[in-house]
Amino acid sequence: MAASSDRNPPPFPSSEEPEAGLSDMADGDSDEGEDIFVNNSNPVAVSRGVSQPDGVNEEPPDLFSEEEASNPITKSNGVHSDDDNDLFAEAHVELSTDKSGNSSGKDLSSVSGPRTTSSFNQSPASMQPTSLEQLEEEEAKDSFDVDVAVTNPEKVGDGMNAYMAYKVSTRSSLPMFRSKTFSVRRRFSDFLGLYEKLSVKQSLHGCIVPPPPEKSVVGMTKVKVGMDDPSSVEFVERRRAALERYIQRVVSHPSLLQDPDVREFLERDDLPRAVNTQALSGAGFLKMINKASDAVNKMTIKMNESDTWFEDKFQEVENEEQQLRKLHALVDSLVNHRKELCGNTAVFAKSMAMLGNSEDNTALSRALSQLAEVEDKMEQLHQEQAASDFFIFAELLADYIRLLGAVRGCFDQRMRAWQRWQEAQSTLQKKREAEAKLLWANKPEKLQQAKEEITEWEARVTQYERDFDRIGMTVRKEVLRFEKEKAKDFKSQIIKYLEAMLQSQQRLIKFWEAFLPEAKAIA
Amino acid sequence: LASPPRAVNVDLQTDATLQVDISDALSERDKVKFTVHTKSTLPNFKQNEFSVVRQHEEFIWLHDSFVENEDYAGYIIPPAPPRPDFDASREKLQKLGEGEGSMTKEEFTKMKQELEAEYLAIFKKTVAMHEVFLCRVAAHPVLRKDLNFHVFLEYNQDLSVRGKNKKEKLEDFFKNVVKSADGVLVAGVKDVDDFFEHEKTFLLEYHNRVKDASAKSDKMIRSHKSAADDINRIASSLYTLGTQDSTDLCKYESLLKLLTFLCFKIEARVAADEDLKLADLLKYYLRESQAAKDLLYRRSRALVDYENANKALDKARAKNRDVLQAETSQQLCCHKFEKISESAKQELIDFKTRRVAAFRKNLVELAELELKHAKGNLQLLQSCLGVLKGNT
Repeated sequence: MAASSDRNPPPFPSSEEPEAGLSDMADGDSDEGEDIFVNNSNPVAVSRGVSQPDGVNEEPPDLFSEEEASNPITKSNGVHSDDDNDLFAEAHVELSTDKSGNSSGKDLSSVSGPRTTSSFNQSPASMQPTSLEQLEEEEAKDSFDVDVAVTNPEKVGDGMNAYMAYKVSTRSSLPMFRSKTFSVRRRFSDFLGLYEKLSVKQSLHGCIVPPPPEKSVVGMTKVKVGMDDPSSVEFVERRRAALERYIQRVVSHPSLLQDPDVREFLERDDLPRAVNTQALSGAGFLKMINKASDAVNKMTIKMNESDTWFEDKFQEVENEEQQLRKLHALVDSLVNHRKELCGNTAVFAKSMAMLGNSEDNTALSRALSQLAEVEDKMEQLHQEQAASDFFIFAELLADYIRLLGAVRGCFDQRMRAWQRWQEAQSTLQKKREAEAKLLWANKPEKLQQAKEEITEWEARVTQYERDFDRIGMTVRKEVLRFEKEKAKDFKSQIIKYLEAMLQSQQRLIKFWEAFLPEAKAIA
Repeated sequence: LASPPRAVNVDLQTDATLQVDISDALSERDKVKFTVHTKSTLPNFKQNEFSVVRQHEEFIWLHDSFVENEDYAGYIIPPAPPRPDFDASREKLQKLGEGEGSMTKEEFTKMKQELEAEYLAIFKKTVAMHEVFLCRVAAHPVLRKDLNFHVFLEYNQDLSVRGKNKKEKLEDFFKNVVKSADGVLVAGVKDVDDFFEHEKTFLLEYHNRVKDASAKSDKMIRSHKSAADDINRIASSLYTLGTQDSTDLCKYESLLKLLTFLCFKIEARVAADEDLKLADLLKYYLRESQAAKDLLYRRSRALVDYENANKALDKARAKNRDVLQAETSQQLCCHKFEKISESAKQELIDFKTRRVAAFRKNLVELAELELKHAKGNLQLLQSCLGVLKGNT
């Protein structure tokens, strides 16, 4: 089911307060907010990863061969513009289709186990919303549609006991909810609490439970203390967006959506405060995953996999996690350098203005002042680009580093299930040996007991084997779903990123087109 | 090396009687060898067309010989080209070589290509700077006739001008100290001539502002370069990530990454070009405005000498001693001062014309370059987005 990518959906959300001032994400420095999020507030019709139905129609083009990619590099960054003549000759994109491209559809059909049509639908909720103003609705196409938004961070209380409360708004046509649209207020620890409940229940089944965003003592303290500086505003927005993505991922998971804790989280007005959330954020979360991994590694009996899929996939996941970490560090560095560039460009613009002032040729003087203005605008573009890098790209990577940890976690769960099964088998074996001994020793009452125990353990062995098989199937299904979601997610984020870049370039063109006649007028 | 295009920063009138360019250059371990090619119809030369090989020190020798020549005191001496400096670039290449083991083959290749491009850019720039110097001399009505210049162009042996030794460098240093002290003295003397008074005020301020702008543009370029380096590394990393995925789904992902990679590459490249254009222009005019200031200084010196000679003459007449000597001296000083003033005026007017023309040319080229790149980027981004969104 291909959905058109250029729909103009009805605006989210509910009939409650008018969300007109959506660009004021923080209830404070709306100015700062706007500066950072100028990109996001542009109502470009961003497709939320719509255009990848079953992957069959979608043949990813072989746009750029490696040779083309390397050519720009070998062109010298020379002083003379003559060198640049042919740069964009090769940039005329060859849209050749790659037949072997995306057979994700085939992959999915090979997955064993029952699957409801809803499981593999493109849930709009799984897409990262571009921003509040652009939350698009994919109505009626999906058999389950739930859309959740996290908005309006508000500080509650004062001093060190203060906390941020967020509005969590849900819109859904599903009958399981009490109404079509509703909202509640939640705080950060509520989100963590939800995760705790879900991971305890669901990961036992091999489910990939999306992990929540990380705690940050420093960030939160500044907010509590009431600092309204840009970095605090940025922090709050970052957290808000991360919480939104988190809850979107939860509700777009078919099994998790059915979980009563999720419904309670979304609907219940008075949620009991979550305790023990210390262990579950950031470092704590990773520690937990790694501890589980260690336990698995220490297993004495090594599993003999008849099917190497699990081993191979696990290795892939580990490698990818490593790569993403590396990439994330690089993007962080980029964000910092761009911020530095902002500052330096602003300073440069001023020095050009000064130069223009001292120039005694009138036309040149005017042109230099104009140039200074253009450079000033460039500074703003750099700043927005930095924000884009960060909010779109870096955060995406951070999310997936955490998610991959969760994926590893469910592999470990499967191993534990196997271990349980093996241990049960060995216990059964021991019981049987004991029975044999008793038979020989001729002690009828003890024999009776032994037989009962054997029956009990036989049942357990059967149960655990079934559990193991089931968890294996679930893990497989989950991983495939995860990969599909990941591809969609990355795609939609890259689209967002490229669109931001596109707008940047368009503005850049405007600036320089305005400047060119001034330069030509110099005489 | 193909003949590099004509110097971008200056707009020079060339005529057939004397054309100079650097037709080739060779970068060796610690020096660059420039092939200076001359075409001339002047009778002074044995042939109409000839080439010699020169190194940086020989250019400096030529420049210094102009500066030290009293006859040229009334001219703006074209600024000497900066010393070829590949140290930073070489160091980066070396570091890359050392770190080869720690990165993938693709990453290494890409970084190497980038660094080589950077090296090439620096190389081209140094060739251009040396060429501009020679062209300026060749275009100057008086300097082009200089004997040293002709020797420089024609003598096909090594000029044996070694770089200044320590003692000479120290002498230069003191000369400059004295000059700046003098400069302060002299700058205080108000000029009778409005034109020169205006020029002095203008040049002092202008020079400082160009210096500031040049420094700030360098800083801006460095940040841009850092960001570009990050982008390159990200691109390489994305590429590695892409090739690791094994399933078809993920192959799509790797294509996406290639797209991102390309867009990144474009941005990284653009950063270098446009920044360099402006930065080079500013650097050049920093040197030129310094040369103009030097001219004003020499004129002021001559004025001071003239005034001192007048005073000496008055004194001599009063005492009625050595009057003839004083008269001759005074006449010489007067003549020197007037000669300098006359040519200086024209030089400064020419300087302004050249400056305005150079800025115009460069600013127009800068804007056109920015537009070209932005439009190219735009097109590329639109194609990418079209494909990504499924509209083919």
